[in-house]
Amino acid sequence: MAAIEFKNVTKKFGNHVVIENINLKIKDGSFTVLVGPSGCGKTTLLRMIAGIGPQTSGQVLIDGNDVTEIAPGKRGVAMVFQNYAIYPTMNVRDNIEFGLKNNKIPKEERDILVKEASEKVGLEEYLDRKPSTLSGGQRQRVALARAMVKKPSVFLMDEPLSNLDAKLRVQMRVELIELHKKLQTTFVYVTHDQVEAMSMADTVILMNNGFIQQIAAPEEIYRNPANLFTARFIGSPAMNIVELNDGIRLGFRPERGILSDEADPKADFSVEGQVVTREMLGRETTYSVRDPQGRTYMVTGLDDPYKVDDKVYLNVSLKHIYFFGKDEQRIYEEDAQQYQACLEALRRGL
Amino acid sequence: MKNVKDRFWEKIGPYLLVAPAMTGIALFVIYPIIKLISMSFYKVNQLNPDKTKFVGFSNYQKMFKTAEFQKALVNTGYYALFMILIVLGCSLILAVWLGSKKSRVNSAAQASAFLPHIISMVSVGLIFQQMMDPDYGIFNALLGAMGLQKSQFLRSSDSAMNSVIFTSAWKSIGYYTLILIAALQSIPESIYEAADLDNAGSVRTFFKITLPMISPQIFFVLIVMTIGNFKVFETIRVMTSGGPNNATTSLVYYIYNKVFMDFDVGRAAAGGVILLIIVGIMTVLYFVSLSKKVHYQ
Ligand SMILES: Nc1ncnc2c1ncn2[C@@H]1O[C@H](COP(=O)(O)OP(=O)(O)O)[C@@H](O)[C@H]1O
Ligand SMILES: [Mg+2]
Repeated sequence: MAAIEFKNVTKKFGNHVVIENINLKIKDGSFTVLVGPSGCGKTTLLRMIAGIGPQTSGQVLIDGNDVTEIAPGKRGVAMVFQNYAIYPTMNVRDNIEFGLKNNKIPKEERDILVKEASEKVGLEEYLDRKPSTLSGGQRQRVALARAMVKKPSVFLMDEPLSNLDAKLRVQMRVELIELHKKLQTTFVYVTHDQVEAMSMADTVILMNNGFIQQIAAPEEIYRNPANLFTARFIGSPAMNIVELNDGIRLGFRPERGILSDEADPKADFSVEGQVVTREMLGRETTYSVRDPQGRTYMVTGLDDPYKVDDKVYLNVSLKHIYFFGKDEQRIYEEDAQQYQACLEALRRGL
Repeated sequence: MKNVKDRFWEKIGPYLLVAPAMTGIALFVIYPIIKLISMSFYKVNQLNPDKTKFVGFSNYQKMFKTAEFQKALVNTGYYALFMILIVLGCSLILAVWLGSKKSRVNSAAQASAFLPHIISMVSVGLIFQQMMDPDYGIFNALLGAMGLQKSQFLRSSDSAMNSVIFTSAWKSIGYYTLILIAALQSIPESIYEAADLDNAGSVRTFFKITLPMISPQIFFVLIVMTIGNFKVFETIRVMTSGGPNNATTSLVYYIYNKVFMDFDVGRAAAGGVILLIIVGIMTVLYFVSLSKKVHYQ
């Protein structure tokens, strides 16, 4: 069990500043997912917690203690690498046992721990196999067992599911959530996939270009994005963004757009357009609609009444509309003066 | 249903395709080996082939009884053993040292370690022979300057073999270092990071991770070196001509002597067969004993 804290942490590679002056708290026992586009510094952040790519300046604290001077192997953290980094020369048992041996744990205790960990991930029958004879999913489990067996207070995972096929990925997601419930330790999980982040996290940390965009629970980050980047990154299909006057932008989620044959006079936002594409995804259908100015909107719905080239009206009510200012930050209803300006811009139309 | 032509191709086709390569191997590998073995059973007369006569195992029996051959056998084993130990040990240490960081100094050191490999063995032998001259050579001058005991180097049967080994080792260490550096650099960094997180000390990391990871290359180096070292000739021909008092005669040098000094081709062929058998046994032994420990990905 351990809380993690970053205090004014900066990381440079040579002259290239990847993370600048970050402050961050990760709660003890949480399942925190670091999400963001490729190259935004997620791995870099994780490696600083592990101590295998130490910060250039600032402090990383685990359980309130500055760990800067503490070797990676003594921080009580375990990490699952993106490529798993399993020791190819050792069989599964030795892979799992290696850390225990280094920590001079007696043989009887090791045997029990290895048995326990390998059962938890379903590898009992593979203990004498070499990694090269295992499938991707099994290797991933070896990496997981190797991390688990040390009973770390912090579990770090760097895109552990990205090398698995879609079905296995969904299955492993569930297993990881259950694992977290069982172990009750701090999980810090890195992914570039917002679906993974939303489905697993209790706290999502969204990053871009080395900066934190928003920290919130999944529902909160979906319903209440703090800025334009968050609004666009979280959710699939992405939020529709429309430029109004004065640099103000409005956004609405695809599932909040309602298509109809006629303009809805009660709708706060309404445009006329034509269906350009229609994707039937089974449960729901995704339309893309183009208005006369050439803007394209994505709309999803459970009903499927329209065909390509049909003329439709797209209506959205105000309670589902988000406003963003010139600085790309969210304008909240509480901020009465600016919010009024937004409503004014909306009334004046597109 | 397949027709006759198809079935013919299925049976004969593969043989036709490997035929050119097999012809080459038969002509340049198998035939010479058979010829060598057969020659070793004859008393060969090169001037008058009609007088060549079959003598059975007599070439072998006589050869094994001569002190010269016994000496050559022992010398070759000694040379090969110490060359392997020294060269493998030194190139491993150098590789770990030079391959660990990519700095300008290290790449310069890598290049200079490789330099001896591109100089011909004959030049190296001659230069070292001069440097090892007991009276005027630089080695004794240095030893003297440091207040250490001077050595007779190639002049004394006690130190001649070690001097030859020193020279050969100096020449070949760089080459094997480079092979091992390449092997070390192919190990993914993340494995070391995982070991760090597993709290493995540097010694344990070296023996449990680095060494097993480069075991295929070490195995390769071991086989190439064993075969090469059992065939040592040039250094000895240039530096000592087998002397003093046969102290540095090697198996190949013995064979060379039999052909070009004593004109006894049959005896030389017998020596060649013995060399072939030794190298063959060594290679098989390596494969059997080490292949289980060598890790191939
Ligand atoms: N060892 C390194 N040397 C130089 N630049 C690096 C190194 N590792 C990462 N970077 C840079 O840091 C940035 C963030 O990388 P990373 O943390 O791996 O991104 P992510 O994991 O979010 O995809 C990238 O621009 C990358 O090029
Ligand atoms: Mg990454």
